[in-house]
Amino acid sequence: MSKFKKKKGGELPAISTASLPDIVFMLLFFFMVATVMRQNTLMIENKLPAADQVEKLDKKDLVMYIYAGKPSQRYESQYGTESRIQLNDKFADVSDIAAFISSERASKREELVPFLTTALKVDSDANMGLVSDIKQELRKVNALKINYTTRKGDALAGLKK
Amino acid sequence: MAKRSAPEVNAGSMADIAFLLLIFFLVTTTIETDSGLSRKLPPIEDNRDDNVIIKEKNIFQLTVNKNNDLLLKTGGEEKVVEIKDLRKAAVAFLDNGGGTGPDACKNCQGARNPKSSDNFDKAIISLQNDRATKYDVYIAVQNEILAAYNQIRDREFKKAYPNLDMSFVEADRKYSDPRTSASEKESLKEKIENIKIMVPQKFSEAEPKKSN
Repeated sequence: MSKFKKKKGGELPAISTASLPDIVFMLLFFFMVATVMRQNTLMIENKLPAADQVEKLDKKDLVMYIYAGKPSQRYESQYGTESRIQLNDKFADVSDIAAFISSERASKREELVPFLTTALKVDSDANMGLVSDIKQELRKVNALKINYTTRKGDALAGLKK
Repeated sequence: MAKRSAPEVNAGSMADIAFLLLIFFLVTTTIETDSGLSRKLPPIEDNRDDNVIIKEKNIFQLTVNKNNDLLLKTGGEEKVVEIKDLRKAAVAFLDNGGGTGPDACKNCQGARNPKSSDNFDKAIISLQNDRATKYDVYIAVQNEILAAYNQIRDREFKKAYPNLDMSFVEADRKYSDPRTSASEKESLKEKIENIKIMVPQKFSEAEPKKSN
């Protein structure tokens, strides 16, 4: 009978949490691999529209980003709710685009300048007036390669209203 | 001496440290969307040649108004279309092949309606939007038009190079992939260019109208 004496009465043994760090590390590595550091702090809402005929943008260093959309909630009182352009962490006007493009061009090696692409990250709720103004401005400075950045997905699904 | 096992290191705080790192990465990083619809803007030209004559039947004129409705004007008739029907209509227009004589289209498989486009090379899709059009509607329209071109290019690519067992879009993706070897790129480039010449993307955008 002494064989069974060691058993303590009633109390449950503690659950081992030794594998918890492993699980968390797994998540951590996933995020480290799948994401990149934020380049710009977005001050606008930026919910991109979806499209399924997309091309991948390679060579990240040859891309200039122009963001546009409604100012996010904390800037609403200051900048209103009308869609605005954001360049490099700051709100900008349409007239600032030319200066932005030339400064981006100046920071790249000269032989790479013709390969620069402008990625337009525009919120799906923005109207085309703003986008057309941006496009017109880009045409003026001869930055003709553009890319409408979109999510991958069904373009028509989001439109049903 | 009694055999003593080495004491276990308390690893209880390891999870906390890992969580701390995890949360740091969650906050400071984003999953980049690095894909989209590539387009080329027309350059601003001062001395524009306004004397280009385009037959009306070769134009597929789309207008999006401020209420995001689509008006399609082609072959002398106007009608309101839904975005979901746009791809089919665009393919039917591009693929029509209604030309005769020198304009005849030998690769077209369409209805050969004499009131619609002559051939791939002559067909032009034109889009005009309003300043109040919503951006996602505009992207959806662009997407559908691109899809129509891709559909026809895929078909022609498969017909021209059946032993490649690849569609135009796949070939194009492979061509722009940096992992593809240089010799393969060279052979793909020629084929892609051929299809692009056969089915050119003639897509024009008019300046947006002001809504009133």
